[in-house]
Amino acid sequence: MSKLDAKIPEGPLKDKWSKHKDSIKLVNPANKRSIDIIVVGTGLAGSSAAASLAEMGYNVKAFCFQDSPRRAHSIAAQGGINAAKNYQNDGDSVHRLFYDTVKGGDYRSREANVHRLAEVSTDIIDQCVAQGVPFAREYGGLLDNRSFGGVQVSRTFYAKGQTGQQLLLGAYSALSRQIAKGKVTMYNRHEMMDVVKIDGKARGIIARNLITGEIERHSAHAVVICSGGYGNAFYLSTNAMGSNASAAWKIHKKGAFFANPCYTQIHPTCIPVSGDYQSKLTLMSESLRNDGRIWVPKSKEDVEAIKNGSKRPVELSEEERDYYLERRYPAFGNLVPRDVASRAAKERCDAGYGVNETGQAVFLDFAAAIERYGKIEANTSGLDNPTAEDVTRLGTDVIKSKYGNLFQMYEKITDDNPYETPMKIFPAVHYTMGGIWVDYNLMTTVPGLYALGEANFSDHGANRLGASALMQGLADGYFVIPYTIGDFLADDIRTGEISTESPEFAAAEKEVTELVNKLANNNGEHSVDYYHKQLGLIMWNKCGMARNEKHLKEAISEIQALRKEFWEKVKVPGNANELNPELEKAYRVADFLEMGELMCQDALSREESAGGHFREESQTEEGEAKRDDANFAYVAAWEFTGTPSEANLHKEDLKFENIELKQRSYK
Amino acid sequence: MNLTLKIWRQKDADTKGKIEAYKVSDISEHMSFLEMIDVLNEQIINEGGSPVAFDHDCREGICGMCSMVINGKPHGPSDAITTCQLHMRSFNDGDTIFIEPWRANAFPVIKDLIVDRGSFDRIIQAGGYVSVNTSGNTIDANAIPIPKEDADTAFDAATCIGCGACVAACKNSSAMLFVGAKVSQLALLPQGQTERTERAKNMVAQMDKEGFGACTNTGACAAECPKEISLENIARLNREFMKASMVGN
Repeated sequence: MSKLDAKIPEGPLKDKWSKHKDSIKLVNPANKRSIDIIVVGTGLAGSSAAASLAEMGYNVKAFCFQDSPRRAHSIAAQGGINAAKNYQNDGDSVHRLFYDTVKGGDYRSREANVHRLAEVSTDIIDQCVAQGVPFAREYGGLLDNRSFGGVQVSRTFYAKGQTGQQLLLGAYSALSRQIAKGKVTMYNRHEMMDVVKIDGKARGIIARNLITGEIERHSAHAVVICSGGYGNAFYLSTNAMGSNASAAWKIHKKGAFFANPCYTQIHPTCIPVSGDYQSKLTLMSESLRNDGRIWVPKSKEDVEAIKNGSKRPVELSEEERDYYLERRYPAFGNLVPRDVASRAAKERCDAGYGVNETGQAVFLDFAAAIERYGKIEANTSGLDNPTAEDVTRLGTDVIKSKYGNLFQMYEKITDDNPYETPMKIFPAVHYTMGGIWVDYNLMTTVPGLYALGEANFSDHGANRLGASALMQGLADGYFVIPYTIGDFLADDIRTGEISTESPEFAAAEKEVTELVNKLANNNGEHSVDYYHKQLGLIMWNKCGMARNEKHLKEAISEIQALRKEFWEKVKVPGNANELNPELEKAYRVADFLEMGELMCQDALSREESAGGHFREESQTEEGEAKRDDANFAYVAAWEFTGTPSEANLHKEDLKFENIELKQRSYK
Repeated sequence: MNLTLKIWRQKDADTKGKIEAYKVSDISEHMSFLEMIDVLNEQIINEGGSPVAFDHDCREGICGMCSMVINGKPHGPSDAITTCQLHMRSFNDGDTIFIEPWRANAFPVIKDLIVDRGSFDRIIQAGGYVSVNTSGNTIDANAIPIPKEDADTAFDAATCIGCGACVAACKNSSAMLFVGAKVSQLALLPQGQTERTERAKNMVAQMDKEGFGACTNTGACAAECPKEISLENIARLNREFMKASMVGN
């Protein structure tokens, strides 16, 4: 018997959310003033939640490990945010956004949550514009849209290649306003080290002041985790250096189930690895696939010629190029979903067609787009018989206005000019669809403990569509949690302030202090990065773009051995009672060393391919991912029992009442 | 390549700091500057020393966390990039490189190359927002058309990453470019009009209170800004502030 109750409201899909909002419990304004809420993380989900809850009257304490809430990694999201506005009159609707998201997620998400996401998507755009977020506009002054992978409409709102930055600064401004009013107390450079449970409910956290090293107790009536994803388990990813799984992992160890940890998104268009000193990978936005065409040479002679520099890629004629996405998936072409595009790149590179020294890169080419836009510009500016140079110049200007900052970023990193030669790209770990299991109210299996944004599992199934992460983070923070948290807090109006002097707080603080001191005084041999890099290699090679039973079993025992060695031999310089970045890395990596094992265990137990999870044992004759709906149409929610891979599996069956399950096809 | 690094080391806010020299070897030109510092720190850790503390996070030039004065220039010798986007191909074998924190009274050093930029947050808290609560009932996003040019100019101002290089570059440690960028963004958009006057006054008052210096229109801020925020934003801030001062309270 499953312990999981998703609390999905009764009734027709399209009425569930409005009916639920009308029927859940409320907390009156006077009572909100005596209720405290802790929000951990200040990305899109955390900032928007903290600001909105404070506006409603709750007392909010917000925590971030960075020096300012504005620096959370949502800031780096490039391409855009989806919303079912149908401003382009191309037949978009709430239902289509819902359908595309469930299909794109390979039918492994919860219908009711996704429909709610699609419903509130339009409010997000209204809210952000009201805050002064400068989205891209057309000459008539109305909002512009573009297309993203896995859909056939233009519903993505954007601000050049800096959409995440603009949305986060919008949420940060709302948060700043509440900080100024005293409704949010902001704790910068603080790290959540553990959650504190009293009578089974989440009633506070233990935090570490990263400047002084002091271990602090903070109480609240509810705790909201918005700490992002766990992609850095792979060491190399597009995540920020500080992005970590610790808040999510700590609550998992205290009773919150972890759902679908094997669902990781490998993004197809990132700058390839250049050396073993590499500290992170840089994404080139999916929006580039609107205008860029992906290809490798048809012949291996040309591959060699490009590698040894005797041929330049622009010298290859159209006939000598294999636009493999257009060839394999004519209906969606270069705009297939991320998982499909990544595997196709891997297939070509494994077959020996990779175009850089390591054989791990494909081309993303803008020449055709530059020519196409150049001709349009020449026409509209009245140039008769433009020369090829005119067309290139005009077309380059258009590309520059759309993607200028991305092209600059690419050139700074690679020293190649992408206006003149195609970009080289390769897939890299980018996002994690899995996360803390939550019910319809976004509450975890621990009462009073919530998870929002990338930290939860709820909306993207086995693969997230482009421009949907920003949508989900803001939907959860602005438009879901402000309503649903009241249902729990309504019972707390007479509770009064939660004391931090209880034995539960003392025990949690002691545990954290011991952990920190153990790491700081370990006197081992190797740095934290030494272990993190090894974990990353195990994960990438055995739990990456393609997985099989043998490799996953090996990975689990390798991670266990590595973890043992880490605790014996890791070397952390400095002390616990000072600003100590190596110590911060150490306790985060200690958690990744457990998290990685659970990811492999989940991947092992899911004997089907779904979205970002590709089991080599489960593929079609054409090499496409093959789902097994009869046996695996469930959410795998893991309950911690002591050893990560020995967690108890709880299954939440996914019921599809509004969408027919099909094998995804983008052909 | 082989390099000599002269780095500001300071144990904490209360201890006096000094420059210390380090040698690194076999540095690849493809490394980023921060990856080179990673290599140095790995070396220091293996030798039993105390690694250099520095702020960094996204390593793709957008979070605004990294902050090093390299050979006297905030974010180093190249234009329009942050420290994390600087690559070692900008240096030569045998170079000596000086690395210091941002220097400004309003950015006190916390440790080594890490400074406290809380003053920037407090300036935004003083008025760098539109006072709109979350609701599903604001007007439709397309209800007010905004001329593309205004939206684009507002966007350019809004790309400020709040790193503080403008302050570090200024001989007076002025924050006018940072404040000007936010005031401009909201002054250019219809949504920012209602609070336009108060915003300019309150943000400038907070800027003064934090101890940032006066602007003498030298332009070092814009020259060093990794996001190429234009000096026009300072001119616009001056206009906004002047106008606000003349319309009374």
